[in-house]
Amino acid sequence: MTRRAFADVSVGDALPETTVHITRATLVQYAGASLDRNPIHWDERFAQSVGLPDVIAHGMFTMGAAATTVEDWAGDAGAVVELGTRFTKPVVVSYDEGADVVYGGKVTALDEQTRQATLEVSATCGEDKVLGRCTARVQLA
Amino acid sequence: MAVNTDFIGRTYPPTAPYAVSRAKIREFAEAVGATDPVHTDVEAARAAGHADVIATPTFAVMIGQQCDAQYVADPEAGVDYSRVVHGEQRFIHHRPMVAGDEITGTLTIDSIRQAGGHSMVTMRSELNTLAGAPVATSLSTIVVRGGE
Repeated sequence: MTRRAFADVSVGDALPETTVHITRATLVQYAGASLDRNPIHWDERFAQSVGLPDVIAHGMFTMGAAATTVEDWAGDAGAVVELGTRFTKPVVVSYDEGADVVYGGKVTALDEQTRQATLEVSATCGEDKVLGRCTARVQLA
Repeated sequence: MAVNTDFIGRTYPPTAPYAVSRAKIREFAEAVGATDPVHTDVEAARAAGHADVIATPTFAVMIGQQCDAQYVADPEAGVDYSRVVHGEQRFIHHRPMVAGDEITGTLTIDSIRQAGGHSMVTMRSELNTLAGAPVATSLSTIVVRGGE
């Protein structure tokens, strides 16, 4: 991939919309890789015993997939200099249907001195905004 | 037990070094759907100007959470872990984290605020090389739900 050029970016530019389909297998894989083995993310009996409707995705998985959409837009994973979010709503992952999180976003600011772009990233599951105030700062070429 | 506000500003000693490996970078990248070969292919990473394969932007959470555990597990802190929810997370990357790095984290409790019967604790971990060069800053806010 090639890092996106500052000259090619304008405030208001949209990130391509991408849908990430999450199943139990996605969450087990993330639990293993990240070492976050909390059973609320893979054991529905346990999740329901603590008052959740079903298994929920790791917030850090939802954020990690947001990071992937930002690095794909930037054209270089090393270009993502800052990424932050609030976890506003859980992503409920049913056994039969799984869950779809739709990512998008737009460029909200450009800094000519540093050649950095600030992005606002959106992540929604059904009607729910699952990440709030999710912003990224990207170093452009 | 209430969250102990005496911990505001407290800094913990640096954690034991975390060795960043090619294998863990690959596993983590695959788990978050990252397909840029700079995470998995040393030649592609070098061609992009990196010393070795680089970690995805949220990889540092694994080291940050090792730092945070020191505070959360401290009985004096008054944090009931069964009432903890991850509220906010931010990473500032001073440079990409690369396979071969040995990273140590230094945790500081930046703030403890009360809102709506809950406590919000912001933990900042400075992730540096053993030589002290800054690699990333992790800011993690947990919400400790109030008791009924």
